Amino acid sequence: GLPSAASRVRGPSARCAGAGERRDRSLAIGLLSTAALAPQICVVGSGPAGFYTAQHLLKHHRLARVDIYEKLPVPFGLVRFGVAPDHPEVKNVINTFTQTAHSDRCAYYGNVTIGKDVMVKELQRAYHAVVLSYGAEDNQILGIPGENLSTVYSARAFVGWYNGLPENRDLKPDLSSETAVVLGQGNVALDVARVLLSPLDILRTDITEGSLAAIACSKVKRVWLVGRRGPLQVAFTIKELREMINLPGTRPLLDPADFTGLGDVIKDVPRPRKRLTELMIKSALEKPGEKEAARWASATKEWGLKFQRSPLEVLPAADGKQARGIRMAVTRLEGSGESARAVPTGEVEELECRLILSSIGYRSLPLDSSIPFDPKLGIIPNSLGRVQGAPGLYCSGWVKRGPTGVIITTMNDSFDTAQSVLEDLQMGVLNLSNSKEGFKSVRSILHSRGVHPVTFSDWEKIDAAEVARGKLAGKPREKIVDPQEMLQLISH
Amino acid sequence: MHNRLEPVQTAAVKQGVPEPISLPSCCPCSAAALSKGEVCVGAELKALSAAGWYRSASASGNGGRAGTAPVFQWWQEVTGSDCVSPTTPLPASRVNVVFIDRSGHRIPVQGRVGEDVLHLAQRHDIELEGACEASLACSTCHVYVSQELLDKLPVPDEREEDMLDLAPQLQENSRLGCQIILTKELEGAEFTLPKITRNFYVDGHVPKPH
Repeated sequence: GLPSAASRVRGPSARCAGAGERRDRSLAIGLLSTAALAPQICVVGSGPAGFYTAQHLLKHHRLARVDIYEKLPVPFGLVRFGVAPDHPEVKNVINTFTQTAHSDRCAYYGNVTIGKDVMVKELQRAYHAVVLSYGAEDNQILGIPGENLSTVYSARAFVGWYNGLPENRDLKPDLSSETAVVLGQGNVALDVARVLLSPLDILRTDITEGSLAAIACSKVKRVWLVGRRGPLQVAFTIKELREMINLPGTRPLLDPADFTGLGDVIKDVPRPRKRLTELMIKSALEKPGEKEAARWASATKEWGLKFQRSPLEVLPAADGKQARGIRMAVTRLEGSGESARAVPTGEVEELECRLILSSIGYRSLPLDSSIPFDPKLGIIPNSLGRVQGAPGLYCSGWVKRGPTGVIITTMNDSFDTAQSVLEDLQMGVLNLSNSKEGFKSVRSILHSRGVHPVTFSDWEKIDAAEVARGKLAGKPREKIVDPQEMLQLISH
Repeated sequence: MHNRLEPVQTAAVKQGVPEPISLPSCCPCSAAALSKGEVCVGAELKALSAAGWYRSASASGNGGRAGTAPVFQWWQEVTGSDCVSPTTPLPASRVNVVFIDRSGHRIPVQGRVGEDVLHLAQRHDIELEGACEASLACSTCHVYVSQELLDKLPVPDEREEDMLDLAPQLQENSRLGCQIILTKELEGAEFTLPKITRNFYVDGHVPKPH
């Protein structure tokens, strides 16, 4: 701190008192301006992108202060609200983020909506650098008739529902029919299928009480994952596929015709695609082992993959409100590999179902009219994380690259954006001689607008309450799904 | 009766050097344990203090090099305690390996038999992340090993291969650090961290006061 530095500066030499004093004063002023040269950085969004960006900045700059803003009272974004309840190890990363939040140069401010409670321009006045890491809160739409029928949901909303995301707590998905169709063949589609079909004891984790009760009454026995393209274009990954194949009480429905001859095609493809396809081929074409055969024979639930079907229309039931089925175009593939395109053949097929979950991708939204945004790509235009045409503005995570990838992709990407910020600090592109007040000025703005930020230690109170409630129910936590309840708990 | 040892405060002391530790002044390790090649931490600490790496709190003057934090940290992590018990021998062997960090710097470190490479990296402040904390649910601890080492290591578990499939810049010699367990055979092994960002890490400098 400054006092001890100043005392080091005060030299012992009595002979040079006059000159020493002058030197002391200028050095003390210099040290004061050193303190003023601590970069003030703010990060918008407290998911993995926000936290990994903050972590890297704090580690590689000895003075930088990083404030993380979050619109919900509670932190961690998709780690809390996206990762499936039966994947608790993936959530271990929360421990890393908690360590970052505990750094004395880091502060967390929840319950603050950037773009509403405070604008990005106001943040830019308060901070040397603003990093936008707010992810993708919306989903891609199908753009077909009937998609707004009452029993059609986005997978994003369904995941939010079982994970306790406040805005989805009243979803009340209709689980009263036997067959569900999931449009899309990514990891989110598999998550949704697995949650619909899993034995309840596997699900009984930090899934919300309300959704667990609803799933316990579910009639869903069969889930189809429908993709526009073929087996070589599935977007899910091998760990999740293996989990699905081995899901107790279920059997896979894989049409051998979809996989015959595929073994030859994948001889030279990159390893991840090869191993994934080999697993599908094996499950579809090889005779199952004894244990597996017994499990499949006694299974009461099933799931399958349908390929080369592109949704055309959701068909309404007699009441005109619910769905009764989906009409799909049969496609053929033009080109191969990751860039293959699905082209309609003219043939059409219908699949009877009531519950339809659209899992065709998340989508970012523009935060604030002042920020450049590419609506077609759904990202903030940037170069190496520097927002184009907006000095002092950066972005990391899904809002920078698009809404795909796992934790390591976001981690690398966030470190990369942090690098850009550090370079700009070092090169003087970010002018530190303009002193910035950081949270001090934001606090008064928020106060004047009646907004009360939630601190990290407030979150820890909410966390403790959730864990305590969970203990009573034999779960790792019982999530609080009402933001008002969260705020009351911390007496806001 | 406990001696208090404290780490020598020299310029070489890295951050994270542990707090002073209570150490029993006698060290009654059983001869049987010692004959198996096991090492008593108490004896080891006494030897280090004799070599000047650590000095007792009452001593004055300059000490030697900074103490070897790994021994204490490892012990603290394993037992969760600051107190070194003389009656619990440790597995003997140290394993010397080298990390090549993301900027290409070679960092020699000392590990212990039975320790995994992620844990070893992290207690030496090497920037290897372990998001899922060694539960085979991510690939953030991805490292490259030499072909020679690859042949020595046990074949990866299918679950490790599944996670490696998601690692950027996957190579033939890729492994997950959390799954590599140190043995004496790995003496001299090198672990290279993939370059995950552009170029070097820029460390924030503090501009000179003016």
